[in-house]
Amino acid sequence: MSAFLLNRLIQSIVLLVIVSIIGFTVLNLMPGGPLAQFGLDPGMTQKDVERLATQLGLNRPLWIQYLDWAWRLMQGDWGHSFRDGSSVLAVIGRHLLATLLLMGTSTALAIAAGTWIGIRGATHRYSLFDYCATVGAMVALSVPTFWFGLIGIYIFTLKLGWVPAGNMYTIGDGSVLDYLHHLILPSLVLSLVHVAIWSRYMRTATLDALSQDFVKTARAKGVSERRILLKHVIGNALLPMITLAGMQLPSILTGALVTETVFTWPGMGRLFLDSLGYSDYPVVMGLLIFSAILVVLGNLIADIVIATVDPRIRLA
Amino acid sequence: MTKHSATTSNYSRRDALRMVAIGGAVGIFAPNLLGKPAFARASTKPSGRVIVGLGQEPTVFNPLMAHIEVDDGVHFSVFDALFRIDPQGVIQPNLAVEVPNQKNGGISEDGLKWRIRLRDDVRWHDGKPFSAEDVKFTLELIMNPNFRSWRTAGHALVRDITVVSPTEISWRMEEAFAPYLSFLTETFIVPKHILEKEANPNNAAFNQAPVGTGAFKWEKRVPGDHLELVANTEYFGDGPHIERLVFKYIPDLTVLYTQFKSGDIDLVGQPYITPDHYGEAKTLPNRVVTLLPRTSFESFYLNLERPQFKELAIREALYAAIDKEAIIQGLYYGVPTPTETFMPRQSFFFNANLPLHKFDLNRAAKILDQAGWAKGADGIRAKNGVRLSFANSTTSGDPLREQLQQFLQQTFAQLGVEMKISNLPAAVMWGEFWMQSQFDSVIVGSSYLIGADPDVTNRLHSRSIGAKGGRGSNNAQYANPEVDALLDKGARTFDPEARRAIYARVQELVRRDLPFLPLYQSNSVEGLKKGINGFVPNGNTRTESWNALAWYWAS
Repeated sequence: MSAFLLNRLIQSIVLLVIVSIIGFTVLNLMPGGPLAQFGLDPGMTQKDVERLATQLGLNRPLWIQYLDWAWRLMQGDWGHSFRDGSSVLAVIGRHLLATLLLMGTSTALAIAAGTWIGIRGATHRYSLFDYCATVGAMVALSVPTFWFGLIGIYIFTLKLGWVPAGNMYTIGDGSVLDYLHHLILPSLVLSLVHVAIWSRYMRTATLDALSQDFVKTARAKGVSERRILLKHVIGNALLPMITLAGMQLPSILTGALVTETVFTWPGMGRLFLDSLGYSDYPVVMGLLIFSAILVVLGNLIADIVIATVDPRIRLA
Repeated sequence: MTKHSATTSNYSRRDALRMVAIGGAVGIFAPNLLGKPAFARASTKPSGRVIVGLGQEPTVFNPLMAHIEVDDGVHFSVFDALFRIDPQGVIQPNLAVEVPNQKNGGISEDGLKWRIRLRDDVRWHDGKPFSAEDVKFTLELIMNPNFRSWRTAGHALVRDITVVSPTEISWRMEEAFAPYLSFLTETFIVPKHILEKEANPNNAAFNQAPVGTGAFKWEKRVPGDHLELVANTEYFGDGPHIERLVFKYIPDLTVLYTQFKSGDIDLVGQPYITPDHYGEAKTLPNRVVTLLPRTSFESFYLNLERPQFKELAIREALYAAIDKEAIIQGLYYGVPTPTETFMPRQSFFFNANLPLHKFDLNRAAKILDQAGWAKGADGIRAKNGVRLSFANSTTSGDPLREQLQQFLQQTFAQLGVEMKISNLPAAVMWGEFWMQSQFDSVIVGSSYLIGADPDVTNRLHSRSIGAKGGRGSNNAQYANPEVDALLDKGARTFDPEARRAIYARVQELVRRDLPFLPLYQSNSVEGLKKGINGFVPNGNTRTESWNALAWYWAS
């Protein structure tokens, strides 16, 4: 086990270094930069812009900027945002809760609904339910999320007035009920795509488990369908889902760009988009490293869990 | 014997009645024109809340650091400056007792020595008294080489700042620089007792929880969502009248407008309502939608070093070939106002007597013919081997500007002028391509004024040409010695009337030389809920929330 973990650690560090180098290079290849927003400001002279560039350390050679950033990161200093000077960790932390709330809710909904739909679709193959579920999944995967979001706002906010148009809570309110009220539509819209994915995977996994020999044996023994399903099939069908869930972990904490923009949700996805727009290099790099760490962690947890749960698998 | 007795009045009964009616009406309405009397409001506690919707997030709360326009709304509410500029372009005292000039001795005759007397009844939000030490600290912090300050122009000329007393400060300028007064209207004063303790002012905690002297105190911020300010009940001025001021960030413009419609926000801030919604917005019930003049204007900007643009005749012909009315009405829903100059019409220095543009394709063709630009075999005019063909660029992804370019391309084609469209993403467009004059022509919207001061040296002086080694934004490479001399003089003259004459002449010359073809002055479509009183647009500031302290809800 410890050899496995050590191996993983080394792989992760290599991954982080590669990701950071690629990210840093691409960021700096992007035209513009953090000072482009002041380009049309009539009061800022060329001298002001040059002064700011020097103060932000943008005039140093790229490899020096990268090494400086990496050296600080290893000491725990993630840097400070170019826009408002607050530390990158503080910036990420501020948006993390909002993202957790939205993504956590929608992922929980997606897993619950997707699992149920997938299993039912597999056990009632080619029924009307299965057919509708398949078509529904295709639609949810093909139609962009922002369309669902805007239609949702149009129907449920403007026409019916059931839910608010966006934001995390009503200014001046902020009670738990208010948060929940605001959470309904965005998490539903966001979960649509995930339900589609989960239900398709679940259906396939269940079908696969149902075709196994031990199911035939159980049926021959006279065990009820329900018992077969609950005791033998679901456990095996969920195994590939664990790996899938591990891959989902990063996105729970990095947010969903489009949904957050449509519903004005102050999450990590929006933070990433805004920071990119302003070329806020420290925050973007911080978010990249954060995502990369999450990917590593997610896969690690998934591998350990699946090894624990499935005796056939041994950790390398 | 006299016909009329000396004791009778000369008014008939009808006249007398008319005068009584007028007098009565004036008596009833006039006080309202001056605003509700101060005593009627000062005694009531501030109440109510106004939510301002913004399309970009304010993130910089230290007003001296480099920031963008949306941050201004917060700065104007939380901080004060020495002076303010009112909607008419007149500078008013804010933290200072009076505006210094050469008549009251605040500015010396040679323009070099400044003395400013400050109010003695101002307190910071944490209760400490404000004094001249804070002003000195602010001006010195701006010039601190390690501090990421916003603008140093003007401040760089200040020397020997002396605190004469807690309510009086003086300094010496390296050279007479009249625009500095306007710059000071956008230089907010920060507290010395808080910031002097910071080793690195760029990362100070103050930047996330600012303490100012303004009408509103910082309450809290939910990053990515909104920030809340509360009324400063000990504010020295008249106001505030609302208890809470909230700036809400809505990144999508359609959603911003939707929230205005649904009432989730009370007032639309930058970037305001898009012109395509103007027609509908005007008809919304319980909403007041108006056009706010801004200082920026849109122009067809030329690179005068290109052989196609060197002759004045070409520029005049191109100008005559632009159908401004069709563009404004057809593309922009009638929102902007046509203009002949870079000076906004709400400015004190606006020259209203410039020759008016007239769309006349025949006249344009005649000008080109007379100048010797004859149509070649390919239908494009040429002279001495130079074809009248050029590229026009602007930010890609801007549908309105792209339509404008296509419209102009078609019109110019009728004239035998070939215009190629070559757009670039914003970050590339306004980088070196713009600043080093690498373009042929550009459609650009910008403001030439800094802090509403008419000094446009940065834009029109020959030493501001970046491509020729100068420092400035004269990217058209315009060089007119008469304009240079006038701009130099205007920057050293302090009397507003004298400056008015100088800049009127500058506008005349620029209109004659046409280094750029002025299209229209931008107007923003401002929307607010009916019931919010005290909102006054000010085209001389960059934000709609410049006087949030005067807003109140009609009961």
